[in-house]
Amino acid sequence: MVMGELIQETDVLVIGAGPGGYSAAFRAADLGLDVTLLDMQKRPGGECLFQGCIPSKTLLNLAELIHEARRTEFMGVTFDQPRIDLGKIRAWKEKVIDRLANGLFTLGEKRGVQLLKGQGVFEGSDRVRVYNSEISQIKFRRAVLATGSRPKSLPGIEFKQNGRIMNSAGALALTDIPESLLVIGGGYIGLELGTVYASLGSRITLVETQNRLLPEVDPDLVLPLKERLSKIFKAIHLSTRVLSLNEAGNRVETIFGGDVDTPDQTFDRVLVAIGRQPNSDGLGLNTTKVSMDANGFVVVDEQQRTSDERILAIGDVTGSPLLAHKASHQGKVAAEVIVGKPSAFDAQVIPAVVYTDPQIAWCGLTEEEARKQNRSIRVERYPWKLSGRATSMNAVDGLTKIIVDAETLRVLGFGITGRNAEGLISEGALAIEMGAQLEDLALTIHPHPTLSETLAETAEIFLGRAAHVLPGRRGDANGP
Amino acid sequence: MTKSFRLPDLGEGIHEAEVIAVVVSVGDAVKEGDSIIEVETDKAAVEIPSPYTGRVTDLRVKPGDIVTVGHVLMTFSDTQDGETLPGERPVEIPAESGPEAGFQSPAGPEREPVPASPATRRLARELRVDLRRVQPSGPAGRVTSQDVRSFADQAEASVKMPGVAVNEAKPLPSVRVETPKLPDFSKWGPVETVPLRSVRRATSKQMGLAWSQIPHAVSQEMVDVTKLESFRRKHQAEIEARDGKLTLIVFVLKAAATALKMFPYFNSTLDTASGEIILKRYYHLGVAVDTDDGLVVPVIRDVDRKSIAEISVELKNLVQKARARKTLLEEMHGGTFTITNAGALGGSMFIPIINYPQVAILGMGAAALQPVVVDRENREPEIVPRLMMPVVLCIDHRVLDGSDAIRFLKTLSDALKDPEELLMTMI
Repeated sequence: MVMGELIQETDVLVIGAGPGGYSAAFRAADLGLDVTLLDMQKRPGGECLFQGCIPSKTLLNLAELIHEARRTEFMGVTFDQPRIDLGKIRAWKEKVIDRLANGLFTLGEKRGVQLLKGQGVFEGSDRVRVYNSEISQIKFRRAVLATGSRPKSLPGIEFKQNGRIMNSAGALALTDIPESLLVIGGGYIGLELGTVYASLGSRITLVETQNRLLPEVDPDLVLPLKERLSKIFKAIHLSTRVLSLNEAGNRVETIFGGDVDTPDQTFDRVLVAIGRQPNSDGLGLNTTKVSMDANGFVVVDEQQRTSDERILAIGDVTGSPLLAHKASHQGKVAAEVIVGKPSAFDAQVIPAVVYTDPQIAWCGLTEEEARKQNRSIRVERYPWKLSGRATSMNAVDGLTKIIVDAETLRVLGFGITGRNAEGLISEGALAIEMGAQLEDLALTIHPHPTLSETLAETAEIFLGRAAHVLPGRRGDANGP
Repeated sequence: MTKSFRLPDLGEGIHEAEVIAVVVSVGDAVKEGDSIIEVETDKAAVEIPSPYTGRVTDLRVKPGDIVTVGHVLMTFSDTQDGETLPGERPVEIPAESGPEAGFQSPAGPEREPVPASPATRRLARELRVDLRRVQPSGPAGRVTSQDVRSFADQAEASVKMPGVAVNEAKPLPSVRVETPKLPDFSKWGPVETVPLRSVRRATSKQMGLAWSQIPHAVSQEMVDVTKLESFRRKHQAEIEARDGKLTLIVFVLKAAATALKMFPYFNSTLDTASGEIILKRYYHLGVAVDTDDGLVVPVIRDVDRKSIAEISVELKNLVQKARARKTLLEEMHGGTFTITNAGALGGSMFIPIINYPQVAILGMGAAALQPVVVDRENREPEIVPRLMMPVVLCIDHRVLDGSDAIRFLKTLSDALKDPEELLMTMI
């Protein structure tokens, strides 16, 4: 031992203070344990708060306002062109982050959680070496690994600080508004940030290697979004690869391969949003008994336990889906498991939301998954053009869709495209978790006029009692 | 930090107790010596004092729970004045995180989840109920919290109430008793210590096991062997000529094999691990042989398929080998039932111990002439001298009942009363 080394002991060491990590730490503290929460940032929040969900949704909120203002002209309200003050937008975004981070910091402190800034590296199954901190080593009885994930880079192309080839964090820094922006990746991050930059005035070109956007979502839900994006983006190239990227001066020279007319193009900036990878490397996990899969995700059981009896893991580092709300749920399970409670992560559905315009949200079984599983299902769709509320909001490019078990009519999946899908999807999640049948939705009175009515109406169309659809005509049900 | 309080040894070989009352609640400050819990053993109610001064942080038992020695009853924080000091937190982290031991590999194909609300699922985990086994009362197979509760109650009741059929074979609790330390006998007088060796050691182990595991029940009967004895004397010489020895036990072996076939549960073993009874379709009978070193039990195989003469020869052979300490290990294995004959040494009544894992043993006493009242039809009852042999049947009461023992003994004794009857039973 080195003289002057500061060793600390703790019941539970949580590594990573994202939504999963701080949820685990707070719950463990509430259960009476001595908790240390270690993160590279001084305040809890993690990638979600500082470089992910929160800043992106802050900017998307502005994007929605800008787009919405442009759409009111034919309704008789005309706004001037928006004036963009980028410095002020950045300050607003920082203020949002700051407010939430301070809140979390206070919540942690008041619970008696020790918030420690530093970088942890395991030196066995019971201790972690801490770098860049006043504490040099922490001995723990249990550790919760909550180190999350980070953006993947294209092979051979590093993300440089202030470079023109950016990852999501770089894009959210909002250094400038590039005249032209190439977005690589048609997943939710690419689509969301593409929408932000488009609203601020950038010309967006989007490329995706697969033949569709949001490949995990049923195509009928993506269709209204694709139509909208093709209006606000300059170009969308599917089945297209980026063969090379070369930062030359203030431009990025790009060569495409695939379904594109001009293979050589240059852009002011490039956003690489091709997915995320687990932060399981560089943590000294080889000194523990934690095992990982081929992609580097930590293998856990339903109790969030790894193959090392002292170490649990939660959130992105444990695999798909990489979502904050999954991580925070797992964090609580991990804390409860540590004190011996019979908790398990047995959520049947983990809802997902894409905050584009229109939004897309879904939970449970998708139609494509059901087909792959050869599962006997029935599907009902409700186009929002039938909804009074959607029409009054000029938001008719929406769709509500319910997937039910063909025999029991138990609800298995929900998909919603349209305004405020983020708020509507939770009813579907609750219905699935409760084991509801379609009729439960139909018999629950939904207020009128609201978008939430579309859920009950979908059920009623199916049961043949919808007021706004003629009996026997099931909307555009079971479409193509 | 935190201390667990486990059920202490209550003495007198008591290893479990029922919780009658929990005197303290979570958060209570207790002093060492304060009564904190009341339990009842099969002997008496006992108040258990707190071994610590501190604050109760967790209660792990409630009235009605059966707890075993070593079971964690509650946990304490060990602060002096009952106050939780800053930084000192009163929660125990179990050695294994979570309810199931060890990391469960998340392998295997996913099964369709049972429709039940998240709160119901949590309740099921708390009550350790497998949702797949619960009869759902909700529509479309939805399991409600009430369904889970009723299932848990029923499961508990079926364990407690004897006679309720349990569908699945379940292991039975095995009974283990810690042997208390012996006192120092030399303080009362001179003693000598002799090592426990060989046959004595094996017998000691086997009998200890049998007596501790098997609840014995005993049934006895006097068998009139007058006719059998004269039959035996008549054929003794011819068997001797074939180098055999025709003793009463040979007939008893044959009669026992017949009775075992009629009552197959006497030829079984209770498998407590699986909660099943194993019925054996072979009849290998052990015969206890007294040797200079102790008791040896060689086994005669397939007694049901061997003749009286064959058994006479084989038994003589086995006894000689046993006394010469030449019995092979495999010759002592595989027995399904045992006969022990105290009569050879002149003993009359005794209670043998079942040769574990068998479920019954038959003891024979010495046959002796006794005055017997004979009451024949159309005649006055008369007292006549008859050769009477006491037999005793010990049974494993987990598998067999006293009524079974009586029927078994009746069959056996009818066969032995009359050699012709014995012959008939063998047909």
